[in-house]
Amino acid sequence: MSTIDPRLPGAQRTRLAAAGARSVTASLTDGRGRDKVTGQIFYALLLLAIAFALAGLCAIVVQAFVKGSPALSLSLFTDAPSSSAERAGFRPALMGTLYLILGVIVLVVPLGIGAAVYLEEYADKTRWWNRLVELNIQNLAGVPSIIYGILGLAFIVRGPLDLGFILAAGSLTLGLLVLPTVILAAREAIRAVPPSIREGSLALGATQWQTIRRQVLPASIPGIITGVILAISRAIGETAPLLLVGAATFVTFDPTFLGSDGYSALPVQIFNYATRPQDEFRVLASAGVIVMLVVLLAMNAFAVWLRNRYEQQW
Amino acid sequence: MDARNVIGALSAPGAGPPPPALTAPSPRYGEKVIKGLLALCALLSVLTTTAIVVSLLAPTVSFFAEVSLPDFLFGTKWAPSFTPSSFGVLPLVVGTLSTSLYGMLVAVPVGLLSAIYLSEYAPPRVRKTVKPIIEILAGIPTVAIGVFALIFLSPTLAEVFPFLVNIPPFSAGIAGLAIGLMIVPIIASISDDAMRAVPRSLREGAYGLGATKMKVALRVVFPAAISGIVASIVLAASRAVGETMVVLLVAGSSPNLTFDPGSSVQTMTAFIGTTATGDISPGTVKYDTIFAVGTLLFVMTLVMNMFAIRLVRKYREVYE
Repeated sequence: MSTIDPRLPGAQRTRLAAAGARSVTASLTDGRGRDKVTGQIFYALLLLAIAFALAGLCAIVVQAFVKGSPALSLSLFTDAPSSSAERAGFRPALMGTLYLILGVIVLVVPLGIGAAVYLEEYADKTRWWNRLVELNIQNLAGVPSIIYGILGLAFIVRGPLDLGFILAAGSLTLGLLVLPTVILAAREAIRAVPPSIREGSLALGATQWQTIRRQVLPASIPGIITGVILAISRAIGETAPLLLVGAATFVTFDPTFLGSDGYSALPVQIFNYATRPQDEFRVLASAGVIVMLVVLLAMNAFAVWLRNRYEQQW
Repeated sequence: MDARNVIGALSAPGAGPPPPALTAPSPRYGEKVIKGLLALCALLSVLTTTAIVVSLLAPTVSFFAEVSLPDFLFGTKWAPSFTPSSFGVLPLVVGTLSTSLYGMLVAVPVGLLSAIYLSEYAPPRVRKTVKPIIEILAGIPTVAIGVFALIFLSPTLAEVFPFLVNIPPFSAGIAGLAIGLMIVPIIASISDDAMRAVPRSLREGAYGLGATKMKVALRVVFPAAISGIVASIVLAASRAVGETMVVLLVAGSSPNLTFDPGSSVQTMTAFIGTTATGDISPGTVKYDTIFAVGTLLFVMTLVMNMFAIRLVRKYREVYE
């Protein structure tokens, strides 16, 4: 654009300037209008996406309730699997899951917290082996669960540990599977405790372990518990690795930790019922999903609440 | 012990006892023992990885004594239990890629748009309720999603879009859709975190130059958070590739070399899942097949995870 020639007469200059200003303003407001429309279309798209995500995920819960509610009864918790759908239930599977989870907790809580404390409080980050451990844990968290099943089959059930297809082997496999989750969550919680707390404690003459035990761990307990709950809820729903380490689908008795007669687990039983062709068994599978989802969603909601409630501002 | 530790000792210079030693009065072996125990806990993770690699590698090596590597990697027919058997893994790989691809086609746009909404548009109160809900729903076990796909999605969609389900109820497209639902929370949640880590000043600078809200979101915040966003997508893809229960329930079990969404396919995970549950004895080629396929799966997801971890580090370094 050229500037207006100053040699032109005044009136003409004013007219030209006004025309220029008008066209610039017009183009601005034109753009404004288009921007406004595209902006609104974009906003609608965003709403659509979030609505689709929420609706899709909620549909899973709602559909299970609609399909499974006819089969919801107490006998679900007392009956063993059976070839007739009316008499089939989840008792051995529920007991199996309960035992599996007890084993996971015993294994994962001390090991997970221990590893997290070491990495956050003791490990010298400049040493290559500490960085290796750190990277390793991050990678383990992303290994597909079925690979842990292979590990369980080749290393725990057979191979070096040679436990056989027993419930304890399942527990151990699930424990290893969720251990990285616990470590990562516990580290996050420990890291959130400000250094000044530690320095204060050390300055008063406490040893490093005393500082950790009496200051750092109590302050980070809510975060650690949140991580443990989330890990356990993951372990409850995990199916694939159990298929490989011997969780059977037709167990009619309550399992034990070391008994070699076989064991089952809730998600494995659900999977089995769902793959049977009769619709009654699909209803039963949905009822099993309801039981599992109620437990899991309650645990997850508690964990999220706990995190928000005790999120400490230092 | 007695007067030594008292400040008053200074009041008699020259005559008082020597100043207290600044080192600990006892060597405190307990502290070192505790440190060692905690280090052992951390070391367990390295042992787990080693165990995974060892348990995968040993049978894989004996598998490749029977089957040549090019036959395995580039063979187009997967029939391990037929005679004559054929061990071309391509159909399983393509099955895995097609279910994951359809999953990503659903999850990437939905997840990213949800993340943009949550981080840039949602009022704080909406965000405070919606984000936890998404995080809680992310905990739905995949077997429940698989059952949902088998009982509800597959019959419903077979009526609306018949091309999606050739042999009911099994279809790669339906499995992909279910996997998509499963990984939307991962993309939405991590991308939202990445975009919220973008400093306010960048947004304000763009607004000051006259940018609209959409332009700020798409041309300023989105590119600034791109490494975190890509990391979330890669992580989600790695989850999709490793997903077992959904594909076991709705993708079928026929190893077809096709990307047709309506076709039934078998993925690597589904093969491992079905074969390992049958009665197979160690030492046979069929037993070793599980491990060969498992190794391939492990390597694929490992590469993806390493890439994602790198990217996450990068965006942390920039803004924290």
